[in-house]
Amino acid sequence: MSDLHNLSVKALATLLQTKEVSAVEVATRFLARMGGNPHNAFLDIDSEVTLAQARASDAKLADGTAGPLEGVPVAHKDVFVTRDFATTAGSKMLSGYRSPFDATVVQRLRTAGMVTLGKLNCDEFAMGSANENSAYGPVQNPWDTARVPGGSSGGSAAAVAAGLAPAATGTDTGGSIRQPASFCGITGIKPTYGRASRYGMIAYASSLDQAGPMARSAEDCALLLGAMCGGDIDRDSTSLDMPTEDFAASLNNSLEGLRIGVPKEFFGEGLHADVRAAVDGALREYEKLGAKLVPISLPRTELSIPVYYIIAPAEASSNLSRFDGVKFGHRAKDYTDLVDMYKKTRAEGFGNEVKRRIMTGAYVLSHGYYDAYYLQAQKIRRMIADDFQNAFKECDVIAGPVAPSVAWKFGENANDPVADYLADIFTLPASLAGLPGMSVPAGFGAGNMPVGLQLIGNYFKEAQLLNTAHRLQQATDFHLQKPAGV
Amino acid sequence: MSLTSQDIARIANLARLELKPEESERMLTQINGFFGIVEAMQAVDTTGITPMAHPVAAIQDITLRLRPDVASEPNQRDLNQQSAPAVERGLFLVPKVIE
Repeated sequence: MSDLHNLSVKALATLLQTKEVSAVEVATRFLARMGGNPHNAFLDIDSEVTLAQARASDAKLADGTAGPLEGVPVAHKDVFVTRDFATTAGSKMLSGYRSPFDATVVQRLRTAGMVTLGKLNCDEFAMGSANENSAYGPVQNPWDTARVPGGSSGGSAAAVAAGLAPAATGTDTGGSIRQPASFCGITGIKPTYGRASRYGMIAYASSLDQAGPMARSAEDCALLLGAMCGGDIDRDSTSLDMPTEDFAASLNNSLEGLRIGVPKEFFGEGLHADVRAAVDGALREYEKLGAKLVPISLPRTELSIPVYYIIAPAEASSNLSRFDGVKFGHRAKDYTDLVDMYKKTRAEGFGNEVKRRIMTGAYVLSHGYYDAYYLQAQKIRRMIADDFQNAFKECDVIAGPVAPSVAWKFGENANDPVADYLADIFTLPASLAGLPGMSVPAGFGAGNMPVGLQLIGNYFKEAQLLNTAHRLQQATDFHLQKPAGV
Repeated sequence: MSLTSQDIARIANLARLELKPEESERMLTQINGFFGIVEAMQAVDTTGITPMAHPVAAIQDITLRLRPDVASEPNQRDLNQQSAPAVERGLFLVPKVIE
């Protein structure tokens, strides 16, 4: 079967369970496609490890102990630590690092039967919106290799779009699943904060970081999300003690009478006309499916930018203090004493954006500034979360653009970090509120680049979000479009 | 308000980052550029608002769990030290701290 790489997770799982293909055949096919590392999507590949996992899956398929996703390949963003592959978080600081354990999400997907293809490129420590901040070079967008794939889960989005993996894991702190999914024309979901364990996910901003799946369709995302989520109460103090849910069970529910809130702040002058046209098209499609559009307001949308870029760097400056050249990672060669070793190690190991965020974070947490910045940001964060609760009195889900534009060309924002920050405006509010959010392919804009529709649900309403996305994908074929040559 | 190059030097020391002069200068410009958009935050009246740490606290009480203080991890000293820059007889090596 030469088109295995174009099959969905669901189709692959069925073929494997009925033994029409073996896990080794599937893994071999994807490993062949990954040869030469197209688009610089992968940071570590080890075909021996992958094939050994595939053989173990075939044994389980043979003896009837197979998991629901047995033998289906997946690739992991390099911020998830793995025992069998190197883990760098896209940083020189962790070059060649080997974790003594697997992240909970990695382990849960393996328990469900998934075979690991390798580790995916990303912005250094997940800080970035274009994948231009990876110490191992940027990832190309498979739709146009002169353009960014989005970030920080850029390798994940590019790998799925280019048919190098049927699905991937990502992490979303301020939009890092939704925005690259939008830029690469795939589907991605960030669940409610606390749903997926953060154990073994290299921390960037602990009160925001959340893992989620990226795949072609909402249906595939539902299958992975069900396997990824679940309480991890002994290992992650912010993990919610909630049972696993079958997110695929309600995919086909009718949307008749669904109230879709359309926030006016998401359709202001910053939104490019091509993106607006695609998003409007998707909203009209929802009306045809029986949903009702309700105008709503999220009045503090713009404030989410400074609030996020205070809170996230503050938490990052604390989390990244562990990289000191003592227990793991890079250590500078020449130094005069312990403090000098710390300073030189960190100067050499971290890239520019990471240093900028550490500096901003250390500043806003420093004596005399804490109340004015960090505490004030945490208070406005609650107001932003309350705005959503007010909005959800009038609607069931919220819809709008993921990003103001399609994927930009490499280098366009390179010397102006604030320009990148401003482009995160539509994904930051749901991140700050800890709400589940998705990107669903909704059409094409300038340069024939994909446009994503963002869907935001209330807490724990992932199943409803996936249902809303799935019904759109039954009515449209944007998620089935592929870049040339895939 | 605007940061000065003294602020940058002070924060770099707190953050244990050695910055080259040109890096400090670029950092100063970029961080001040960023604080331009932070100004909007200062105008918001947050009297009586409780700061939010765990986002799900918007709808329900969240208390961070504590687990019993018992050793739950096996001893994996060798594995834990496999990526350390300098190890000797199971110990992490650092430059001399006490003369």
